[in-house]
Amino acid sequence: MKALSSLALVVALAALAFFLGRVEPLRVVLGVIIPYVAIAIFLAGVSYKVIVWSLSPVPFRIPTSCGQQKSLSWIKAGWLENPHSTPGVVARMALEVLLFRSLFRNTKAELREGPRLIYGERRFLWLGALAFHWSFLVIFVRHLRFFIEPVPRLVMVLDRLDSFFQVGIPLLYITDVTIVAALLYLLLRRLRDPQVRYISLFADYFALFLILGLALSGVWMRYFARIDVVAVKQLAIGLVTFSPIVPREVTSLFLVHLILLSTLLAYFPFSKLMHMGGIFLSPTRNLANNNRRKRHVNPWDYPVPVHPYQEWEAEFHDKIAAAGLPLEK
Amino acid sequence: MRDRGVIYTGLLVFLGIITFPMWHDWAAGTTSRGPDPVLPAQEKQCVAPLSTMRTSHMQLLMDWRDGVVRRNVHTYTAFNGRNFNMSLTGTCLTGCHTNKADFCDRCHNYAGVAVYCWDCHVDPKLARRSAK
Ligand code: HEC
Ligand code: HEC
Ligand code: HEM
Repeated sequence: MKALSSLALVVALAALAFFLGRVEPLRVVLGVIIPYVAIAIFLAGVSYKVIVWSLSPVPFRIPTSCGQQKSLSWIKAGWLENPHSTPGVVARMALEVLLFRSLFRNTKAELREGPRLIYGERRFLWLGALAFHWSFLVIFVRHLRFFIEPVPRLVMVLDRLDSFFQVGIPLLYITDVTIVAALLYLLLRRLRDPQVRYISLFADYFALFLILGLALSGVWMRYFARIDVVAVKQLAIGLVTFSPIVPREVTSLFLVHLILLSTLLAYFPFSKLMHMGGIFLSPTRNLANNNRRKRHVNPWDYPVPVHPYQEWEAEFHDKIAAAGLPLEK
Repeated sequence: MRDRGVIYTGLLVFLGIITFPMWHDWAAGTTSRGPDPVLPAQEKQCVAPLSTMRTSHMQLLMDWRDGVVRRNVHTYTAFNGRNFNMSLTGTCLTGCHTNKADFCDRCHNYAGVAVYCWDCHVDPKLARRSAK
């Protein structure tokens, strides 16, 4: 149900853009105004979220990790699992961000005949997530060819590598295959297993369907419908140089792509997709475990009235002595 | 916290990367004027209507190639009844677009496509010059 309603929402957005994109006066709204509003919401929203996060107090380190803490010289410390210095943290963070290391340890518990509880590895989620995110990044960088003139070297090289197999014309991009396959797997994973389906929310499906819609509309433009790429680049450059135009040759199919993207951008800061920034701010990943090596002073400490043992003993001295209990003084 | 400096630096780097095309195009003085390919002087009509050529000329070339090398079909009858010899260098680049650099290449550089056909097919203009 949640899956169907989010699918319906994405299809409705696409259909709206497709049909409204044929009405001449609305093309400026879809091709210029909505994208500008969306990117403004994206930039302001992401900044706002990160600034709010940066204000949360982090009074001490949270060493929830499986490595041996750095202690005596003859006890081998896990420098990567339980780093005590900045280089170790940077290495742990880099592996997390680039290779999703903690997802690689994903396990699955299963109740078998017996009853026996079995733990098994579950690497497919890791593989699917990695394939999806890397494809997205490569597509994102390749798309810079629409926004930058002259096109940078790096983008051209990436384009060459991505179309390495020279299948068909226009050349098939490897990442187009991998992103669609990975997204379909990630969707299927949520739908197939009853337990995962039970904990999946509308927002989980919506993000997947939205990005799938974005990728499929791009694939449709490139390999099936064909569009005027030069006109699209004129529109894109018009947007980034603040002299927007919507050339006549830009079809409403492209406006579908653009509206799905605008939706993604505007939705991004308020959704779980903010994990893009959040991963860098995960306290269990980005803090060196030096709780016992360095003194961490509680930053919002204030004087608290205390009643130490010595004072207490002085107060009840006679009573304690009368009861025959031992005294320090 | 002591880490705020790092967080704000990271945020600024991210915003810089996202808005990079804006800074780049502003510094390079790029405008939304297109690549302005130079059209042939002697001919008015391409082998297919302009809008079709704009979006799908690469597919037409593939149809030509498959026709020539796989089906031994050498003549293409255009939408307006004219006949053409189906050849990339022989027809497109010799008959009309004699200036490949100012026509094909301008657009392809603009759109950032590295057309690999020229690994094998030679621009007839360059071939003629080196023959002299
Ligand atoms: C109006 C601009 C324009 C002109 C002029 C032009 N092209 Fe293209 N061409 C393009 C664009 C844009 C693409 C890339 C489309 C895409 O990315 O899907 C392209 C792609 C191609 C491709 C497919 C390349 C690939 O790797 O996908 C071939 C082949 C091609 N053009 C041949 C030619 C030839 C030959 C000429 C000159 C006779 C020419 N084009 C002139 C705009 C142009
Ligand atoms: C590996 C080398 C090679 C590459 C790369 C290549 N071709 Fe060809 N092409 C050939 C050969 C060989 C023939 C056959 C020539 C003949 O029979 O006269 C041919 C024939 C053709 C023909 C029909 C004959 C003619 O004279 O034009 C077309 C059209 C054509 N190619 C288009 C393309 C296009 C478009 C591309 C780029 C997407 C391309 N070719 C890339 C080698 C290549
Ligand atoms: C980051 C969000 C985006 C994603 C995930 C995305 C995804 C895709 C995909 C998968 C394709 C298929 C071909 C390819 O891989 O190049 C594509 C094509 C395309 N996209 Fe996007 N896109 C995004 C943003 C944009 C933006 C902002 C523009 C605006 C200029 C745009 C314009 C195009 C065009 C013109 C094509 C057709 C390219 C061709 O025919 O060669 N896309 N997109």
